[in-house]
Amino acid sequence: MRVLGQIVRHLLLALGGVYMLAPIILMLASAFTPTADILAGRYLAHPTLENFQTVAQQVPLGTYYLNSLIVCLATFALQLLVCVPAAFAMARLRYRGRNITVWLLGLLILIPFQVLAIPIYLIFRQVGLINTLPALILPFVGSAFAIFLLRQFFLALPGSMFDAATLDGAGTLATLIQIVIPASRPALLSLGVFTITSAWNAYFWPSFVLSDSSSATIPFGVVQFINSDAVTAYGPQMAMATLSVLPLLIAFLFAQRQFIRGLALAGQAG
Amino acid sequence: MSAPVHIRAVEKTFEGAKRASTRILNEVTLTAPAGQITTILGESGCGKTTLLRIVAGLESATGGSVHIGERDVTSVHPSRRGVAMVFQNYGLYPAKTVGKNIEFPLKMAGVPIAQRHTRSLAAARLLHIDHVMDRLPAQLSGGQRQRVGIARALARDPEILLMDEPLSNLDAQLRIEMRAELVAMQRRIGSTMLYVTHDQTEAMTMSDRVVVMRGGHIEQQGTPEEVFRVPETTYVAAFLGNMNLAPAPASETGAGAGITLGVRPEHFLPADRVAAEPGDLRIEGRVEFAELLGTDRILHLRAGNTLWRARVDAALPLHEEITMVARAANLHRFDTESGVRVAA
Repeated sequence: MRVLGQIVRHLLLALGGVYMLAPIILMLASAFTPTADILAGRYLAHPTLENFQTVAQQVPLGTYYLNSLIVCLATFALQLLVCVPAAFAMARLRYRGRNITVWLLGLLILIPFQVLAIPIYLIFRQVGLINTLPALILPFVGSAFAIFLLRQFFLALPGSMFDAATLDGAGTLATLIQIVIPASRPALLSLGVFTITSAWNAYFWPSFVLSDSSSATIPFGVVQFINSDAVTAYGPQMAMATLSVLPLLIAFLFAQRQFIRGLALAGQAG
Repeated sequence: MSAPVHIRAVEKTFEGAKRASTRILNEVTLTAPAGQITTILGESGCGKTTLLRIVAGLESATGGSVHIGERDVTSVHPSRRGVAMVFQNYGLYPAKTVGKNIEFPLKMAGVPIAQRHTRSLAAARLLHIDHVMDRLPAQLSGGQRQRVGIARALARDPEILLMDEPLSNLDAQLRIEMRAELVAMQRRIGSTMLYVTHDQTEAMTMSDRVVVMRGGHIEQQGTPEEVFRVPETTYVAAFLGNMNLAPAPASETGAGAGITLGVRPEHFLPADRVAAEPGDLRIEGRVEFAELLGTDRILHLRAGNTLWRARVDAALPLHEEITMVARAANLHRFDTESGVRVAA
């Protein structure tokens, strides 16, 4: 009876694994198979790099990668600049109306970005930010979720550490930079993974504010490529898709632990 | 270099929800003499830690003043009071090495780097942690962490050393060792120490002066001997040394109504070895329970409605009925209503 239970459990898990991995395997296999073979169902019968060559010829890959990189890094850097001090203030400083700010922060987390997208779009159009890289970065700099996450972490730091810093003569800024930030490395790394993966994969917002490929990021480029004359060129499409996830896959291999923690945050964020 | 601390009529009330305020400290006045260890002893919630934090400047007093030497420091910033503090859960900086932890107050004070190194190393040597200077706090044992906390406090050469239950998170054996070491360290550097604890053994063994606090006020203060030998209230009598407290039998005290009699367990003597004299307390009791402590045994004796604890030699033969005598000089009398000592 116990053996049977084990078998059933493992079968179910294996089925789940296949369900998750099949699309990725299909993508990888297709990327190295000529489109004609894909249509005939003969994956990897004649392995080739031709699809990648086609993509490289037709798509400004360099621009896409560079744009994605700039957007990811700038979003995270500016997020640190804005969210770390905000979270610290909400966690540790005493000021009038602190409870209201925390309350508002909670409310902000509950509002989905889709609701804010149109007002932000209208503002950006007014100030001429449409079709620029800053348009892809600025909406995510003051992230309520990032502030909330960091605030929770700062609250969990021992109060006696802050008392010691006060007695040792460290002011607010010195405490933040020399003690709190070094002590928060795990939280900052997790936030970094979360922010960078979501910025890398973002399509919804770029599809709002981008109209051509000059400021396009990778996901926008993938969709543009699929919607172009390559509608049925499955091989090059899958090669393009492979290229789009490659950097994150490599990063994942190097920093698995941080990634899993950061992605768990993404799950909490919904 | 040390200075006395004068705490004068310090009050602290917290404004709670719905305008209800809670009084934590009620006109607390005490002096911690220069170069000595003064222990503030009390149960949790008695206000002892709040009082220490007010001396440090981490909390502000609602009323009263704190003086260090001649200086009124009531509204001076914590880092400029000349005080350093050691915390129950160490309060170390987790991302800094031991060396950097100890150096941090010197760095903030703008001490040149070479001097920082020598001073932090000297403090580390004093606490026997100079071999772990490059480790992070997470790689240390609890005892070592607290040594780092103490070394960091010493690095600044503070006039006043404040300790908030520094040994409470350590193992029993280590606590006993550290107790003696802390006293030896304080004698060497000679700074004034204010030491908060709930552990009466620490208070008795370490202090030059003991201040017993209860519910936000001082119950009694004096040398450990004074406080132990002549407890001013039933609370102090029970808290320090676990004194037997029972309504005085009318026959023993004459007009016994309203008087509580106190006898320390170790002051009971077996009646068959000593002759009772007039004024002595004589208890004829049935042994309900006996706890062997090694060389001693605690007997729980039932006499009428009262259960007495008597500490006797473990070799004393146990009978079901035992008669005990306590000398008149060892009897303490308290007013039952107020708990205050009554002159014999």
